[in-house]
Amino acid sequence: MTVVSPVRPTGGPTDPGRVVVVGAGMVAHRLVEQMLARGEHAAWEITVLGDEPYRPYDRVHLSEFFDGRDADALALAPTVWDDARVTLRTGDAVASIDRDEQVVVTRAGVRVPYDNLVLATGSWAWTPRTTGIELPGVVSYRTLDDVSALRDWIQAREDTLGRPLRGAVVGGGVLGLEAASALQRLGAHATVVEFADRLMSVQLDEGGGETLRVRIADMGVDVRLGTGATRLVAAPDGAVGLLVLSDGSTLDVDVVVFSTGIRPRDRLARESGLAIGERGGVVVGPTCRTSDPFVWAIGEVASYEGVCAGLVAPGNAQADVVVDQLLGGTAEYAPAPEGTKLKGVLHDGVPVEAASFGDVNALTPGALEVTFADPVAKTYKKLVVSDDARTLLGGVFVGDAALYSSLRPMLGRALGADPSAFLAPEGGAAVPSADLPDDVVVCSCANVTAGTVRGAVTEHGCTSVADVKKCTKAGTICGSCVPLLTKLVNTQLEASGVEVSRAMCEHFPMTRADLFALVKAEGLRTFSEVVAAHGTGRGCVVCKPVVASILSSLGVGHVLDPANAPLQDTNDHALANMQKDGTYSVIPRIPGGEITPEKLAVIADVAREYGLYTRITGAQRIGMFGARLEQLPAIWQRLVDAGMESGQAYGKSLRAVKSCVGQSWCRFGVQDSVGMGVRLELRYRGLRAPHKFKVGVSGCARECAEARGKDVGVIATERGWNVYVGGNGGFTPRHAELLAEDLDDEMLLRVIDRFLAYYIRSADRLQRTAPWVADYPGGIAELRKVLVDDTLGICEDLEASIAAHVEAYEDEWAATLADPVRLARFASFVNAPDTPDPDLAYTPERGQVRPARLGEVSDPNPVIARTIAVRPSDVEMEDAL
Amino acid sequence: MTRWTPVCELAALDPERGVAALVDGVQVALFLLDDGRVLGVANHDPFSGANVVSRGIVGTHGERTTVTSPMHKQVWDLVTGECLDAAGKDPVDLAVFAVEVRDGTVHVGS
Ligand SMILES: Cc1cc2nc3c(=O)[nH]c(=O)nc-3n(C[C@H](O)[C@H](O)[C@H](O)COP(=O)(O)OP(=O)(O)OC[C@H]3O[C@@H](n4cnc5c(N)ncnc54)[C@H](O)[C@@H]3O)c2cc1C
Repeated sequence: MTVVSPVRPTGGPTDPGRVVVVGAGMVAHRLVEQMLARGEHAAWEITVLGDEPYRPYDRVHLSEFFDGRDADALALAPTVWDDARVTLRTGDAVASIDRDEQVVVTRAGVRVPYDNLVLATGSWAWTPRTTGIELPGVVSYRTLDDVSALRDWIQAREDTLGRPLRGAVVGGGVLGLEAASALQRLGAHATVVEFADRLMSVQLDEGGGETLRVRIADMGVDVRLGTGATRLVAAPDGAVGLLVLSDGSTLDVDVVVFSTGIRPRDRLARESGLAIGERGGVVVGPTCRTSDPFVWAIGEVASYEGVCAGLVAPGNAQADVVVDQLLGGTAEYAPAPEGTKLKGVLHDGVPVEAASFGDVNALTPGALEVTFADPVAKTYKKLVVSDDARTLLGGVFVGDAALYSSLRPMLGRALGADPSAFLAPEGGAAVPSADLPDDVVVCSCANVTAGTVRGAVTEHGCTSVADVKKCTKAGTICGSCVPLLTKLVNTQLEASGVEVSRAMCEHFPMTRADLFALVKAEGLRTFSEVVAAHGTGRGCVVCKPVVASILSSLGVGHVLDPANAPLQDTNDHALANMQKDGTYSVIPRIPGGEITPEKLAVIADVAREYGLYTRITGAQRIGMFGARLEQLPAIWQRLVDAGMESGQAYGKSLRAVKSCVGQSWCRFGVQDSVGMGVRLELRYRGLRAPHKFKVGVSGCARECAEARGKDVGVIATERGWNVYVGGNGGFTPRHAELLAEDLDDEMLLRVIDRFLAYYIRSADRLQRTAPWVADYPGGIAELRKVLVDDTLGICEDLEASIAAHVEAYEDEWAATLADPVRLARFASFVNAPDTPDPDLAYTPERGQVRPARLGEVSDPNPVIARTIAVRPSDVEMEDAL
Repeated sequence: MTRWTPVCELAALDPERGVAALVDGVQVALFLLDDGRVLGVANHDPFSGANVVSRGIVGTHGERTTVTSPMHKQVWDLVTGECLDAAGKDPVDLAVFAVEVRDGTVHVGS
């Protein structure tokens, strides 16, 4: 039997000691994070034991699994697990607790002793006893394994049946609706079955429920109210085939998701004799201690005043309380009034909004309801106020929940204006924001008050919303408070007179966008002119490439122009992307991922001859790595002769347009996505921008090109193209937002022209489109007015600048090869132009080469290095020990 | 005694950019500035271990003339070799090399 026995950290009796957490979920993660943040001076170690095989992940955003976020992408800040005081063990459930011995035992037999035990086992997805619930194709919606099983089932079943699937979701609450939307996005039809007489029956009043029903039906989801699931019947091959409802009717089904509520996972606690609440859950008091002083419970498993939470915010607050208590503090848990906002339900990519807080059904004696319903716009808004119409008691918002985030913090407080003023169509104007009292909770998920947000600016030196998010964690969980947060931060920044430096660098006192406007307005043409007019000194690594990019965007300074040579960073200077050993990658453009066997053969020959490491890149093209500066012209000559051109994989410019195979071959495609991908790639190739940008084109709503993770995403519809903007993968993934719908080919190009030109003009240096769109004042709605409705009257000018770019395009490599002066740049040494850098060294790896590490068997010639025998070097041996 | 090795014609250098030269097996990065001076520092970037200093962007920091590593953006004074911005690492200076231009030919001292 294994015994994990952390040495008890030496410390006083009041130190937390060995803290063991059962359950590696969201709230457990919060506990560890808080302990690291606050427990610097105490003696403790934490061991977190989870039964799921993953690091704690963001269950709130579980549905984003279907947008390609896997366990790694969904993991909650994983750096906490790197701390030496923290141990995480996953994939092994705790089977029992011995409270006398103060030890827990896992199913695999591992014994972990504790000084303090925290139960954070969360909930399980409860399903009513229904015959046939075990049939293949019936799933819950709670864990990563659930959603991945759902996706796999849909793919496999669709292949078996050879047609789109019919799905049903049992349960019309927030999670059920989220699951129905997911089914749709996976290509299945969805019917929602709800026992109550309305959707989101716990959170919405009758009017709100009805408006939501209309909105959900508009998505193409069937809604069946007032009936439940009684029986599931198998299809001839044994999988689920029929759902029998309590009203006697039936639904043909190929997949069924149960979303019928959750129950606390309190079995362990029950079996170890801890007090259990009447409706389940481990009983805790305000300190979050259970009936055993060394055992605590937090999150959905904890029952406080007879209630187990079903949201993450109260659990986080409880985690904070336990950390404080463990560190000798006196914090106590007090449930904060909560609200609920529907999320993850998309109608053609646009979120369906529904939210409420407080006394939704006006049950408070004397409460007044002020309602504004617009059946044409399909919106419903209601405020519940005290009998004197002054104090806000609750609110319901369907179809437009903008008021939710700004009014929810005002719950129980004076509204300060006539309630109807908030609800009138133009009403947003009266929304309180900046003058919220300090103690109002702005972000209920992370439990952050307006005062804390202001303090982040005034005391902790935060100068942006991003800083404040990082510092306070506000707005990082469900995100619904971000608009309010932004307002608060900006107002505070202005009020504090914090001079937010907008200088690009020591040479230019303005932002890139401002400099762009000046250079454009004054017609400046060279760096010298620009620096003489608006800067000081001779520039630096920050401003020189920016000016080069601006001049290039304005069509006055081509990347290859000798006057611009000193401005370019090495990538644009060598027209290749520098790698870690100082060599470069060579990536020809392969529009649409289409490449002929002839071109493939040339690439193969070049790679073999020069010993270049070759791989398919993430952008549907082929990269060859390890080309030396002096080899680039000869290599490119071969590629250009074979009809290839620069792929600008080195530039702050268009990288590639990714597309799916589309209508020409795919049985689901509704438009020619490859054709459009090629067209877009050829249009925007070489266009310099504040940062690199990527485009995706999908031939149908299944979105195989993952276009919404790109700066510009184009998705085919039956009627044309939808265009989304501001998406990103990478470090801060973000989905692109819908800019315009059902465009024909020509209009699509015009809208993208405008978007790109506007971004190039007004974004900051090294700002990708995602933060640019996110920070655009008024957001996507405002951007849509500018770029689609042309409210600023600039669209013609924007389109003209792209037209000029298309007109002036030339292949940078072909032009370079034709110019002896430029070719002189490509010498390894000015006094030995063809001598390779003697320090380069390569070692074999998987049949190719990579730069050698110190002490490895290597050869300066990659062609030879590929075939040398490797024996483990001393360095590797040491690593292995 | 300084030994002067001729490496190239002055005309082979582009203003405000660098080239690498091989002097007795040592890699030197040479930069021609706007004011006609030619400065030499080690081509080896001590932070990345790659020989790339000659491919960095030339600029100024206050009154000082600088070069920035194209790899991870550390900044050095081109005249003294002093590391002005180590980009979060411990600063490491660059060796400097004497450079003279005689009769239109650039010489590096060693
Ligand atoms: C699809 C979906 C959408 C949601 N959306 C929202 C939302 O918008 N807003 C919101 O506030 N909340 C939302 N929630 C709810 C939110 O995810 C939960 O409130 C939150 O995860 C609770 O945290 P927890 O740590 O208590 O439980 P969990 O996150 O469930 O973690 C408990 C962990 O303990 C493990 N465990 C249980 N028993 C054992 C054992 N014996 N041994 C080892 N490990 C064990 C479980 O497997 C689990 O990994 C959503 C939930 C789902 C499923």
